[in-house]
Amino acid sequence: MSERGRAAGTVEAVFREEWGRLLATLVGWLHDLDLAEEVAADAIATAVERWPVDGVPDHPAAWLLTTARRRAVDRLRRRQTYAAKLAILKVEAERAGTGGPAAPEPFGDDRLRLFFTCCHPALTAEARVALTLRYLAGLSTTEVARAFLVPETTMAQRLTRAKRKIREARIPYRVPGPAELPARLPAVLRVIYVVFTEAYAASRGPTLTRPELAEEAIRLGRILHQLLPDDREATGLLALMLLVDARRAARTDPAGNLVLLADQDRSRWDRSSIQEGVRLVERALPGGRPGPYALQAAIAALHDEADSLAATDWPQIVSLYDLLQAVAPSPVVALNRAVAVGMASGPAAGLVLLDELAADPALARYHLYHAARAGLLERLGQRDQAAAAYRRALALVGNEPERALLTRQLAAVVAAPPGRTR
Amino acid sequence: MRYLLLIYSEEPASPPSPEVMDAVMAEWVAFDSAIRGSGTYVSGEALQPTQTATTVRLKGEERIVTDGPFAETREVLGGYYTIDVPDLDTALDWAAKCPGAKYGSMEVRPVMVFDPPPQ
Repeated sequence: MSERGRAAGTVEAVFREEWGRLLATLVGWLHDLDLAEEVAADAIATAVERWPVDGVPDHPAAWLLTTARRRAVDRLRRRQTYAAKLAILKVEAERAGTGGPAAPEPFGDDRLRLFFTCCHPALTAEARVALTLRYLAGLSTTEVARAFLVPETTMAQRLTRAKRKIREARIPYRVPGPAELPARLPAVLRVIYVVFTEAYAASRGPTLTRPELAEEAIRLGRILHQLLPDDREATGLLALMLLVDARRAARTDPAGNLVLLADQDRSRWDRSSIQEGVRLVERALPGGRPGPYALQAAIAALHDEADSLAATDWPQIVSLYDLLQAVAPSPVVALNRAVAVGMASGPAAGLVLLDELAADPALARYHLYHAARAGLLERLGQRDQAAAAYRRALALVGNEPERALLTRQLAAVVAAPPGRTR
Repeated sequence: MRYLLLIYSEEPASPPSPEVMDAVMAEWVAFDSAIRGSGTYVSGEALQPTQTATTVRLKGEERIVTDGPFAETREVLGGYYTIDVPDLDTALDWAAKCPGAKYGSMEVRPVMVFDPPPQ
């Protein structure tokens, strides 16, 4: 690799690692997300130009911050507005207080404030996800657009509109106080989890998993956990993502076909992710009623620790779903609980619960509800009804790998000799 | 920064009973004195029902006057407060405390600020 190429690689690594922290510091100082973004990008561009010539500085992050600050003052001077003049006065006063911009002082971590601004309830759910990926994960607008399968211009407009709202409505740049935090944190966790689930089960299109997006979600989860180490739900969310993502390699076969949990090669599960996830679950569960992420992580941990589907602690999973149903009831939780009951107490017991859920309109349109019913009917030897349920699931499924799996399952139930049960 | 807290609610088809009316009025009086005493209050008015509203438009030179509000919506503007607070979170806190949030909805809008011309 050439010297220039190596320096560019360093810039890339520093950029990925430091972008969120750099941006958060600049926003705290400038109170202007657009200006912070412009000068951070400027500093990166300068680094790309200068580092191959001058060498990589000893404190790359501090160098970037100093450069970005100088650019900010230049830009504010050019603006010539009353507000800009006030900002310069403020900036210079602060600089005098910190011993000048040349000092490579280690800078603090303002990312928690940036999380709460990007995930503010006054922004749309879509905008929160886009802002968090752009400003905390450091993805480019193009990458964010690709992640959500929307045109780049649409994503650019979404970001611009959201930034305008932050600026004009003065959405504050602060961590909510202890009284507000319990009400505000779920929105932040939700954004990270949306990124993760989007990576995991793309609702349409040819691919099922997009590993790089899952990795971004886990990275964001790690940052949040590091910023709020004592928060049990932030811990639970990171655990959940690690424990689900640990099965990624076994979830598809070499041809790209989806492999069900029952048929996965468990030796391909990522042991280090499982160990880390389990350690985190152990910290997220105790200390009063666990939250929904900690409970889902505990369920994922029981799956991950079992040697086979049959050896899984299904009764324990059913009790965890009972707790989950109490803290965060939803039709999908009820569906998963019914499936677990089907494993713990037999397919007939599971089927009774699933049939009780049939009236729920959301589940009636959900392909996995019909697939779960088909599986239980198949185990009971009711092949015609199982085939009908697979057909209904096929009519509702959106992505290709799941469609292919359901097609194979339907073919198997139709072709099986009479009386065959699984 | 100044925010307008716009109070929207459905206009009742029939007047509420005197007991209900008294209880609701007591809530409004309590909120009104709290916000006026908080140091954030700039102004505020309650409006007469929309049956008293008149809409005016100019089509070229012609003045067109019609009875009622411009838009026919379920929830109508019933009043407002203007407050001066540091940020949106503080404005949202006041909006949530207002009885209007319970009996209808509150729209919180920042007031536009114009830079003075350069000297």
